[in-house]
Amino acid sequence: MAAPKKGRRSPGSQGRPGRALAVILIAIVALTGGMFLSGHTKPRLGIDLAGGTSFTLEAKNQPGRPNAINTANMNTAVGIIERRVNGLGVSEAEVQTQGEKHIIVNIPKGTNAKQARQQVGTTAQLYFRPVITTTPAAGKTPEPTPDPTATGKPGDKGDKGADKGDKGADKDKPSATPSTSAGTQGRAVPNALKADKAPTPSPSKTPKGGQTKQPSDPDSQKQLAKDFAALDCTTKKGRAAAAEKAANAKPSDSILACGQKGDAKYVLGASQVEGTDVDDASAVFESQNASGWIVQLGFNSKGAKKFANVTGELAAKQDPQNRFAITLDGEVVSAPSVDRAIAGGSATISGGFTQQSAEDLANVLSFGALPLTFDIADETTVSAALGGEQLHAGLIAGAIGMALVVLYLVIYYRGLALVAMASLGVSAALTYTIMVLLGPGIGFALNLPAVCGAIVAIGITADSFIVYFERIRDEIREGRSLRPAVERGWPRARRTILVSDFVSFLAAAVLYVVTVGKVQGFAFTLGLTTLLDVAVVFLFTKPLMTILARRPFFGNGHPWSGLDPQRLGATPPLRRRRSAAPADTKEA
Amino acid sequence: MSRLGTLGARLYRGEVGYDFVGKRKIWYGVSILITIIAIAGVVVRGLNMGIEFSGGAVFTTPKAGVSTTDIRQTAEKAADGHTVVVQELGRGGLRIQISELGTKEALPVQEALSKKLDVSTNKIDTQLVGPSWGEQIASKAWQGLAIFMVLVVVYLAIAFEWRMALAALIALIHDITITVGIYALVGFEVTPGTVIGLLTILGYSLYDTVVVFDGLKEATKDLTKQNRFTYSEVANRSLNSTLVRSINTTVVALLPVGALLFIGGGLLGAGMLNDISLSLFVGLAAGAYSSIFIATPLVADLKERDPRMKALAKRVRAKRAASAKAEAGGDRSAEEGDSGPDTDLEDAGAAPAGVVGQRRQPASRGRGRGRPSGKRR
Repeated sequence: MAAPKKGRRSPGSQGRPGRALAVILIAIVALTGGMFLSGHTKPRLGIDLAGGTSFTLEAKNQPGRPNAINTANMNTAVGIIERRVNGLGVSEAEVQTQGEKHIIVNIPKGTNAKQARQQVGTTAQLYFRPVITTTPAAGKTPEPTPDPTATGKPGDKGDKGADKGDKGADKDKPSATPSTSAGTQGRAVPNALKADKAPTPSPSKTPKGGQTKQPSDPDSQKQLAKDFAALDCTTKKGRAAAAEKAANAKPSDSILACGQKGDAKYVLGASQVEGTDVDDASAVFESQNASGWIVQLGFNSKGAKKFANVTGELAAKQDPQNRFAITLDGEVVSAPSVDRAIAGGSATISGGFTQQSAEDLANVLSFGALPLTFDIADETTVSAALGGEQLHAGLIAGAIGMALVVLYLVIYYRGLALVAMASLGVSAALTYTIMVLLGPGIGFALNLPAVCGAIVAIGITADSFIVYFERIRDEIREGRSLRPAVERGWPRARRTILVSDFVSFLAAAVLYVVTVGKVQGFAFTLGLTTLLDVAVVFLFTKPLMTILARRPFFGNGHPWSGLDPQRLGATPPLRRRRSAAPADTKEA
Repeated sequence: MSRLGTLGARLYRGEVGYDFVGKRKIWYGVSILITIIAIAGVVVRGLNMGIEFSGGAVFTTPKAGVSTTDIRQTAEKAADGHTVVVQELGRGGLRIQISELGTKEALPVQEALSKKLDVSTNKIDTQLVGPSWGEQIASKAWQGLAIFMVLVVVYLAIAFEWRMALAALIALIHDITITVGIYALVGFEVTPGTVIGLLTILGYSLYDTVVVFDGLKEATKDLTKQNRFTYSEVANRSLNSTLVRSINTTVVALLPVGALLFIGGGLLGAGMLNDISLSLFVGLAAGAYSSIFIATPLVADLKERDPRMKALAKRVRAKRAASAKAEAGGDRSAEEGDSGPDTDLEDAGAAPAGVVGQRRQPASRGRGRGRPSGKRR
């Protein structure tokens, strides 16, 4: 839509008004039908109308890691947060990115907001901690047992030499180390089986202590042992408590932690490698030696060095102290064992992964690696009562607004108001059905600003009718009878409507693209209704006017039609001279 | 309505009208004054930024039998010295606002309130905002505003011409300044809802302006082909003839917003509905005013600087002078008896309004073209 074209009568608009009416009627029927078919007859409501809690998280770069806020990182973060929130047993939680650096988390009513905040607001903390003690003795982490083959590039200091044979292969692809994997795999599998057979935790082992780096005085060791015995990982509540405590502990402290499924508990030493030392992690299907899904890990240079050191140390120890636990938010995600130092900055974790669990772990690892922290920028909890009240108020305001507009139109335009009302009705029907369909379609949720947008749109829509009606009346004042007036007035009214609607739409589009949060919902509704306004005026109001102009009530200018030439002060044609509007009357 | 309809007709024909363009200096003055007051208001009083911008917490409680003073004390104690504003809502609930409260500090307050009111924390609506979020909304809004202005000026320059684009932009800035100024002076709280309303004014104020300009463009299409009216006169006439339309569109736009304001403010007390509709209402009113009193006169002013329009104005003046002379002369000659009227006089006879001197018109002149009223189809 560039410069408004000079109005020209479009063929068809005059001749076949029925066709346009049929089009819009079919559109309404189709949309309504689609609405009922889809099983949604009410628009999806946003948190502020339905009740619930909404968080806005703002991503922040960690010091020294600029440019970390990018789409990939944000999407990973969304995945992780979704997992966490849904871990609360919320089924309809919505997590999505908004703009460049915000994530919106919407949690429907009935969820504990406090708990949700904890899940959402804390930064994922990923640590690699040495295992001091674990139960059950075999100490597998529960799930499809990510059992432990940490392999690395050859030439490692503490290499047991099992991988001498595949040095060449390792150079290219450090993770693909068949012989090493095979060697450890052999051990891993029975362990895994053992873990599955004896899943009940037996809270017996006391920490031996002192074996890892962390300083330990006897008292705290005793305390730790006592706590460990008391630690209950079998219930969700117990796990949550443990995780909270563990997550709040300093990285250099020893912690107690539970496996994610609750069938193993651990005493873990001080963190040796942090999540931020991980460069990337990915799930890979390893077909060469049938190890199935594995997770590949890459460290940065600092992390690689630390990891080499700690694995070297661990490898020399006995099970379970040759394991390191990967903890995320205080929970042990995986605790693979190490049989040699792993240097070179990359490692693989293999053993019994499914695609899902491998991807999950890779996600967790990369999230820990994300140089992003999140702050809660906005938290809104709306009780269902207030939500309902706001919706109610919005609807009442809409109804009153609509009624006032109709009343004004009736007073001013009389019969023509019928056309306006019908058009407004069509517009409302279209808006409603489209909004309903957009719910399941693109996840559109009607929030309070969107309701406001829809109400404001009543005015915009009615304005286009006024533009057209005034145009027609001007033509009648020129002395035309209604039918030519309807047709002659249309091209110019059409242009005005297009230009002004375009400006309106431009505002909505710019707002939608640029802004964040609630402004967006408003802009969306405004844009949608503006487009619908054009459709309704073109396909409904104009054709309807054409048809009505043929009716004697309107065509002959009945006093109640709003088109009575006499009332409009029409001048019969030709009587007007060019001097009828002399300059002296208006230039004061 | 028949009165109104007749008035509409008379306005349309130019029989009555207000000289918007001629008296533009007065309205410019009024606008400049309002703008200065608005700017002064913003500078001196500053805007009352809501907690969305300063960071803080708002709790909305259900109806409870606890007095506002009690609640304030409870909240102040729990909030550790932050200022607490307690407001009673229309439906009996309370709105407790604590500014500059960190998201973590808000929890004990919520718990204290729930204990005091004896309702579960889930029933208390809470909004906790870190200061950066509001800033984010505001900065994005400014960004949107800037982008929109550039786009719309480009569009209007293409669709109409640069003078109209410039005038529309000035009118827009004028509207926004006034709205912001009123917020500063009255001390309404600025919230994201206000920002939304303000941004909508963009589209809406321009909608009005565009409707007026569209009529103006049409009316002045073949202006240089005649020499009876100057641009300003035609602009004023066009403005008057579309006045009914402008008033109607404004009224119809204001009615739903007024309903929102009434319901939002009356039934719900403070809230998003209220915030949006308040700024919209103020902005729409300012927009309607500016599109009529400011935008069109500005275009006329700018246009009169155009050499062609200057030439036209000169021709019109010369013609009027000539016609005045001719009329005087004509009267005399009529008294004296028929003394061979020249072409000027013939024309004057044909157009009793005193339009003469058509010889100076370009060759392309035609009767139909000469009348501004003839342009409206």
